[in-house]
Amino acid sequence: MQIGRNWSFRITAFRMLLFAFVAIAVAAALYRFVYGLGAVTNLSDEWPWGLWIGFDLLCGIALAGGGFSTALIVHVLHKDKYLPIARAALLTSLIGYIIALVSLFLDIGRWYNFWRPFFYWGFHSVLFEVFWCISLYTTVQVLEFGDIFFEKVNFPAMKKILGALMTPMLILGIVLPSLHQSSLGSLYIVAIDRLYPLWWSMIIPFFFVWSAFFLGPAMVTVEGTLAARAYGREPEMHVFESLTKVTLWMMVIYLIVKIIDLVYRGVFSMAFNGSYESNMFLIEMIGFVVIPIIMYAIPSIRTKLWGVLTASILVVVGVIFNRMNVVFTGMAKAAGGSYFPSFWEWMITIGMWSALVLLYCFVVENFPILSKEDHVSHGHDFASKPGIHA
Amino acid sequence: MSKGVLVDVTRCIACRSCMVSCKSWNDLPSIPGGFQNNWDAPGKMDANNWTVVNNYMIEDGDDIKWRFVKKQCMHCLEPACESACFTHSFVKTKEGAVIYKPTTLNQDYCVGCRYCMIACPFGVPSFQWDKAFPYVLKCRFCYDRMKEEGLEPACVTSCPTQTLKFGDREELLAEAWDRINKNPNYVKRVYGEKEYGGTSWLYISDVPFDKIGFRTEAYGKPVTERSIPSLTWDVLKWTPAIFFGWGALLTAMRAYTKRRAEVHDESEMYAPVDPKE
Repeated sequence: MQIGRNWSFRITAFRMLLFAFVAIAVAAALYRFVYGLGAVTNLSDEWPWGLWIGFDLLCGIALAGGGFSTALIVHVLHKDKYLPIARAALLTSLIGYIIALVSLFLDIGRWYNFWRPFFYWGFHSVLFEVFWCISLYTTVQVLEFGDIFFEKVNFPAMKKILGALMTPMLILGIVLPSLHQSSLGSLYIVAIDRLYPLWWSMIIPFFFVWSAFFLGPAMVTVEGTLAARAYGREPEMHVFESLTKVTLWMMVIYLIVKIIDLVYRGVFSMAFNGSYESNMFLIEMIGFVVIPIIMYAIPSIRTKLWGVLTASILVVVGVIFNRMNVVFTGMAKAAGGSYFPSFWEWMITIGMWSALVLLYCFVVENFPILSKEDHVSHGHDFASKPGIHA
Repeated sequence: MSKGVLVDVTRCIACRSCMVSCKSWNDLPSIPGGFQNNWDAPGKMDANNWTVVNNYMIEDGDDIKWRFVKKQCMHCLEPACESACFTHSFVKTKEGAVIYKPTTLNQDYCVGCRYCMIACPFGVPSFQWDKAFPYVLKCRFCYDRMKEEGLEPACVTSCPTQTLKFGDREELLAEAWDRINKNPNYVKRVYGEKEYGGTSWLYISDVPFDKIGFRTEAYGKPVTERSIPSLTWDVLKWTPAIFFGWGALLTAMRAYTKRRAEVHDESEMYAPVDPKE
């Protein structure tokens, strides 16, 4: 489908399906705005937060962690060999945040008041910090993306202004997500005596920001492989492989700090008490932390696409699993009652993520996001190739 | 002076006058089928029921005790809901009531995020799930009666057995310990004295508190006596330091590594992909 002279969007059967999901979600969302949350969700006084907050918001933001970890590696540490994936990581991150904000907007009851926290300073609330950082960071990302946008849409003046702003924006674009990724964990400090002690900790903010950071490279690997497959390109294997070093060491530190924290709080033995929570915790730690560490550590696995991809998928699933454990598994005993998302909660979530895929496809097909093919398929060391240097 | 209510569980006969007077004073709608004479179905607080009386059968061999416990907002001294709210829609008044500003003071800042419901250690705030623009509702300690007319809360007025006693919290606390010390039947504990930093509503009982629906321990440890706001503040207070410290460190690292890095023309590196058929 050609839209005007410069824009195109290919329509396939799969994309039509995604559009259908989006349409259903929009209809359900309108219904929710008219008839209230009770009419579409299974939320209750015992379970005030459900799928939209637990999955779309907490996991969406964590999965967008690729944006700030890549920004740190590429633009602060200037590890130029990772440049080929920098823009794709920024794009997924930006779309992830937009999805999270839309979910939040659907989830709040008095949505016309959404701007109030900007003016009524509840600075003693963790949510206040989360709200400010997410809003500011989304703005920063939009501006960062503006730099790419104006490469296509020719407007040199804007490009110049954005260029001058780039350094402060890049720094803010790492500081803000560091703060709110950790604050999303701090949200659960209030759940002392209710969140199961294997997850509740005064340093839960550290676990959240650290896992969001090491999740970044894994997410870049997964989505890079998906994009390569979808567009018949060569996966950037050398980038994926050297990223594993970052993930590997960060996960080892995560594991060590986790164990120290459990021992320090005297709850280490709870991991083996056979309860539902302890089993879920062991699955999380062994299946999604220890196993990926081992896979990343073995050269014959991490140098193969299947190996690095499998390990990265485990890391991604593991972080989702962790967030789900905090929001649902760990709270279940104290909350009482039961919660399972309703059909419409699922449909809205599916519609939201379908929109993410469509948006990603549209942007990479119309903007310079992915690296030029010929550089990738030939050379291994992208940055050292002649002709790229200005 | 900060007010409180002392609840003596041994005196309650479950007449539920408090529930009725709460509904009528606060104009809460009655839902058909909501008030039942069924003791087996424990009532739950919700947006239309700010207080409930539940019954507990405590069996100790042949000794069977039947106890009735009124529940409502505990009105924490340092409320978790107040600190959790990012628009400051809850406030602890100097009279001791924890009130929700949108409905009590007509200051409509609430976003409806329900973090207060996650934060409350007693599971008190309730949401109007059936409304398009829902409020978070809970007992407001009859703040309007207290403030404007110097009256006791509606539930206290209607209690025929003096289970509920309204007064200054400190005096009530002294009286609670006095009653406990004079009568060996009481459990040696005032629930609400220290739990989560202390609450304005205080309970005394002749049966263990964990048998009548109060949490005394969590996962094998006594419930915390620190207030929830103080716990969150322990983490939040680092925010400005992290913001500036981390920002300065990143700026320095970027400047340091930039000198060594080669300059790239980014517009040459990337291109839109061609969707393959």
